[in-house]
Amino acid sequence: MAIEKENFSRRDFIKNSSMFAGGVVFASLINPYKFVFATKQPKGKGKWYGIGIDIEKCIGCGSCARACKIENNVPDDPFFFRNWVEQYTITNDERILVSSPNGGIDGFKQPVPEEDIYKTFFVPKMCNHCAKSPCTQVCPVGASFESPEGLALVDQSYCIGCGYCVQACPYGCRYIDPVKGVVDKCTLCYHRLEKGLDPACMMACPTGARIYGDLNDKNSAVSLFLKEHNCAVLKPQLNTESKLFYNDLSQEVH
Amino acid sequence: MPLQVKRLLLVFAIFIGIMLVLKYVLTPDSWREYGPYRGNAIGEIASQQAKYVQKESCADCHDSIAEIKSRGEHINLQCEICHGPGYQHVDDENFKMEITKNSTLCLQCHTMNAASPKNIIKQIDATEHNEGEECITCHNPHQPWL
Ligand code: SF4
Ligand code: SF4
Ligand code: SF4
Repeated sequence: MAIEKENFSRRDFIKNSSMFAGGVVFASLINPYKFVFATKQPKGKGKWYGIGIDIEKCIGCGSCARACKIENNVPDDPFFFRNWVEQYTITNDERILVSSPNGGIDGFKQPVPEEDIYKTFFVPKMCNHCAKSPCTQVCPVGASFESPEGLALVDQSYCIGCGYCVQACPYGCRYIDPVKGVVDKCTLCYHRLEKGLDPACMMACPTGARIYGDLNDKNSAVSLFLKEHNCAVLKPQLNTESKLFYNDLSQEVH
Repeated sequence: MPLQVKRLLLVFAIFIGIMLVLKYVLTPDSWREYGPYRGNAIGEIASQQAKYVQKESCADCHDSIAEIKSRGEHINLQCEICHGPGYQHVDDENFKMEITKNSTLCLQCHTMNAASPKNIIKQIDATEHNEGEECITCHNPHQPWL
């Protein structure tokens, strides 16, 4: 007994495929049912926060990391940070050493003797408040979100502590709070901004290496910083549209 | 329409009905105010207490020290970098601020390190420069060089 095959004509095939493709295009036009939600930069009015870090000015004092821990009740353990400082050392024989003992809070030691150093500098790190943040897109319950002002925030009363976002952040900027069991991260000290104060880390930086402001305002501190310096973001190849801009960022930093 | 299809449609309708009721009951108030999240969360985050009060608040009472500081190299530094957050002291002056005399605090910024830019900060090697002495014996931290 022969197996019966349904025969499709070429005409049917083309008709069905173009109907399917048309359906997909139509579905993608229906705006409220977009699969991926990303907050858009408000044009004209409305704030859109950005951050600048001037590596040329950072002295590695760790005041920023200390102030952040105090201001935001971050646990003392040396592996919970909303911000931390890394010391990069590139030796004459082309080794790249990165150290961040306790996030730089207790200061740094340079293990390499000065004559062997090709280049060395500090890189302070914190949340990049990405415009296309992978962390908010993976949240299964909508507890991680990007506010209309472009800040990646966590609704801690809604977070279920699953840790997807911790894994999704390519910059390692999130941790699970060991007491509350929910995710915690940099908020750009939103509670301070709303009270007219500067974020704790920016306030504490003695050399003014940390800058923040409204990217929509062309005269804000961060816009002027971007205008006057040649800035780069971390991991641009990941298309996260990071809004943390570094001046004098070496290629070795990742 | 065959009976079994009608029954199936009824089951579907009941299921969708239950889902709609559940959605209505379980969706928090401000959901989708700005996007697929609780809009009220923004206000809740904003209402957290700020601990660092910033130097303008300190100068309201400690104006003489603020004046001395404004003539020294540490003019741009926040008082609370060295003295710790001031929110409790602002409410109750009996709550004392930290006064750290030991030089570890000074060396946090001023220790010799090749990675610190020389043009930004004065650095010293604490093993050569008056080892074991407290920096503040010679330098007034509010006005280190005048
Ligand atoms: S740096 Fe990480 S936590 Fe911050 S917005 Fe980007 S992906 Fe999210
Ligand atoms: S902005 Fe606030 S929360 Fe973010 S790193 Fe700085 S001090 Fe920490
Ligand atoms: S407080 Fe400023 S100078 Fe000190 S480590 Fe942080 S960014 Fe660098």
